[in-house]
Amino acid sequence: MLRQVLLRLVTTLVTLFGVAVIVFVVIRVVPGNPVAMMLPPGAGPEDMARLQALYGLDKSIPKQFVIWLGGVVQGDFGTSITTRQPVAGLVLGRLPATLELSVMALVIAVVWGGIVALVGTRFRGGRAEAAIDVGNGIALSVPDFLWGLVLILLFGVLWPVFHISGRVSPSLDLPFVTNFYLFESVIRLRFDLWWDIVGHMLMPALALAFPLAAIVAQLLKQSLKETMHLDYVTLARTKGYGETRVILREALRNAVLPTLTLVGVQFTFLIGGTVIVERLFSYEGLGNMAIDAVINRDLPLIQGIVILFAVIFTAVNLIVDLLYAVLNPRLRHA
Amino acid sequence: MHDGRGAVRRRAGARLWLSAGWLTLAGGAALLAPWIAPHDPLAQDLFAGRMPPFWVAGADPAYPLGTDSLGRDVLSRILHGGRIAFLVALIAGLATAVLGATLGLLAGFFRGWVDVAISRLIDIWMAFPPVLFSILLIAVIGPGLWSIIIAIIVIDWTRFARVVRAEAMGQGAMDYVASARVAGRGRISTLVVEILPNVLPTIVVLLTLEMGIAVIVEAILSFVNLSISTDSPTWGGMIAEGRTSVHQAWWVLVLPLIALFLTVLAFSQLGEGLKDRFDPVLR
Amino acid sequence: MSFLRIENLSVAIRGGGPLLRRVSLEVAAGEVMALVGESGAGKSMIGKAVLGILPRAAQITEGRIWLDGEDLLALSATARRQRIGAKAALIPQDPLTALNPVRRIAPQITDRLVDILGWDRAKAEARARDLLGEVQIADPDRVMRSYPHELSGGMRQRILIASAFAAEPRLIVADEPTTALDVTVQKQILRLIRDMQARHGTALLFVTHDLGVVSKICQRLTVLYGGLVLEQTDVRAFFKAPGHPYSAALLAATPRHDDPEASLNPVPEAVIAAAQAEVAAFDRSAPHG
Ligand SMILES: Nc1ncnc2c1ncn2[C@@H]1O[C@H](COP(=O)(O)OP(=O)(O)OP(=O)(O)O)[C@@H](O)[C@H]1O
Ligand SMILES: [Mg+2]
Repeated sequence: MLRQVLLRLVTTLVTLFGVAVIVFVVIRVVPGNPVAMMLPPGAGPEDMARLQALYGLDKSIPKQFVIWLGGVVQGDFGTSITTRQPVAGLVLGRLPATLELSVMALVIAVVWGGIVALVGTRFRGGRAEAAIDVGNGIALSVPDFLWGLVLILLFGVLWPVFHISGRVSPSLDLPFVTNFYLFESVIRLRFDLWWDIVGHMLMPALALAFPLAAIVAQLLKQSLKETMHLDYVTLARTKGYGETRVILREALRNAVLPTLTLVGVQFTFLIGGTVIVERLFSYEGLGNMAIDAVINRDLPLIQGIVILFAVIFTAVNLIVDLLYAVLNPRLRHA
Repeated sequence: MHDGRGAVRRRAGARLWLSAGWLTLAGGAALLAPWIAPHDPLAQDLFAGRMPPFWVAGADPAYPLGTDSLGRDVLSRILHGGRIAFLVALIAGLATAVLGATLGLLAGFFRGWVDVAISRLIDIWMAFPPVLFSILLIAVIGPGLWSIIIAIIVIDWTRFARVVRAEAMGQGAMDYVASARVAGRGRISTLVVEILPNVLPTIVVLLTLEMGIAVIVEAILSFVNLSISTDSPTWGGMIAEGRTSVHQAWWVLVLPLIALFLTVLAFSQLGEGLKDRFDPVLR
Repeated sequence: MSFLRIENLSVAIRGGGPLLRRVSLEVAAGEVMALVGESGAGKSMIGKAVLGILPRAAQITEGRIWLDGEDLLALSATARRQRIGAKAALIPQDPLTALNPVRRIAPQITDRLVDILGWDRAKAEARARDLLGEVQIADPDRVMRSYPHELSGGMRQRILIASAFAAEPRLIVADEPTTALDVTVQKQILRLIRDMQARHGTALLFVTHDLGVVSKICQRLTVLYGGLVLEQTDVRAFFKAPGHPYSAALLAATPRHDDPEASLNPVPEAVIAAAQAEVAAFDRSAPHG
């Protein structure tokens, strides 16, 4: 078990290194010159050279990579071209917002999808299941971006009960020391702030959660239904248990396992989706920052964000693998 | 049991026809946009800003779906925006299908080192999160219509390659392929004449789904202003503008959103419907 | 009155043909009744109907099932389930698939006691430990903490037997409880079931293909063909003189334990045709089928 975990960690590091190399190289072959865009009109070629030297862009690509990697190891991801601040600080400052949003969306998706799957299994073969299937089909074929817009219309305009812009009301005084607003508001028992923050996060989180909830519902329902035919479920029925109890206790845990791996993959898609959904709701997270960076062609910043996203992606995959091993007794003892 | 299946099939049939119907209508209108659009989509009329659509009091019959804050005709902009959406869907979808299916067919049919190389490439591609990939690509090649198309092709070819490879492998193992080879057909000719037609339904299904994806990608990138220049109307661009003035003129957001929503839904439902239709056994 | 009484039970696939055709049988308290017949005859269907686990596609179209003097089909679904859970139990065919792979053994034995009969957990676990000793499991404490995949097939079948006897049911349905096991283990398990049944005085509905086994552990037997009861008799009488040509052919087709070299006589075509004709005649006479 320990050896497998170590092996998995090593492959994860190799993947991340690969991502770093690809990102670095791809960015250096940019046709347009981002430095040129920073210069005021009328600047001469010697200004250009000075600025390039400043950002280390005058050296060969392998050399730049070694220098850059040396910095990365010490936590230095370079300096943002537009804001002239260290990339690491900028990116880490935004990370909590995106993490909180993604996790909230994940929780909503899993709880909602799980309930729908259980209800669908309980009433399988009937109208309820047919309705669930149609709903899932639609939720699946419409991406998070469109759900976000629909939610803005419904709950921001038609019936304006939720905030549709920002992460927290600007008028509020925030006593926070970290950027994990949601988390810290709970720790500090500031439920007034918590309520405001949730009111801002709920819409983008729902937009992200819809497609994933549909996937969870569909997969879990399918695997629950398959499990319901197995001998041990039938045996449990003869013991006197009702349908609901049989589903919850005998079938659910077994059915969760195959769903789990897919949820892991889908969660990485959800995190990817934060890029556009954050933009849509003017939510100050990493994704919003990424789009600004692309528009401004702020290469060091893009590089930092992409690598951070890759770290999150691989971390999620790692956690899912470990969770799978913990939940499956057959693997736990292997 | 029997009547249940019949009901499912009827529902699937209705879904197929509704989606195909909408796509024909919207695609046709988009194609004919320059001739049927009542106004120049770019012409501003500052005295006729934020006119509501025809069913709302105070509408101007010259602008059936109203105008935006610059007084541009919403209907004409939706029609011209649809042109770009369907153009991207068609070009990006077809190019992705051709590239992905070709690689998938080669890998699945020739096996050996060809398969190893292509499969390895697919694995590496899949390890790269698609959103990052598109951001990176757009950052590198710069915004624009062609960048979007290229980004879609580069990112999504694996969708086709994976599935087609598996199918080609399955078909390649069948007797009819062996007998065609015995009858003296060459390898390439076997691939094209015997295997391709059998894999075609799958490709068509994937293509339909891919076109829906292309439409949404185009809308998203226009929404964040990384698509074509701001003066050509796009659904995503209209939505972005409508989003800022939604409290004053909701129709500027809602109408292109409906067009986008229905088109994306229709592509995906058409794809799913075709999948059921081609699949002899119900899922 | 018999502990289990089945009266004119017919089961059919929804929108399809009948699987059981007016089956009647009685099992007295402490009695062992065998159900024999070729594959597809409907043996398991009878057990499933009694235990309330018919497949969703199947439906009882006619008849009654009395358990301990109560008309099961007249009860509400919940009451029926709980009555069955308290008074009857199943020893399944395949021990490899009949235990939940992600749950430990202990709760799988005790949950009926705790949840349906309302015992407290400690008492239920003590009972489970005793039962595991009774089915000759050497290290009950370790086994109770194990997961199914850590145990052999024979062990698991012993556990399932212990679990079936946990609530002192008065009827056990054993559906070919040894066919999935190694030949060497089969005999032990069979002996175990017989001993447990005798010690606890439980009635047993024993589904099997093997007439040799029937002669060893059963008192009465029912011969089925096509969901129709062809013969119902005392085991000793049956082996002396089967009362139906099909039964006689079945007996002749059974390998003899005392003389395994003796050649087998497959059931003759003519006998099968006659049995089929009987089923067809039944369907013609029955008002619905
Ligand atoms: N879920 C089901 N749907 C439809 N038909 C079924 C189903 N389960 C069983 N049957 C049919 O019911 C009939 C009786 O099945 P049953 O399982 O009782 O046979 P059996 O006598 O136990 O045979 P075996 O010795 O093979 O276990 C068979 O013809 C079978 O095909
Ligand atoms: Mg059976």
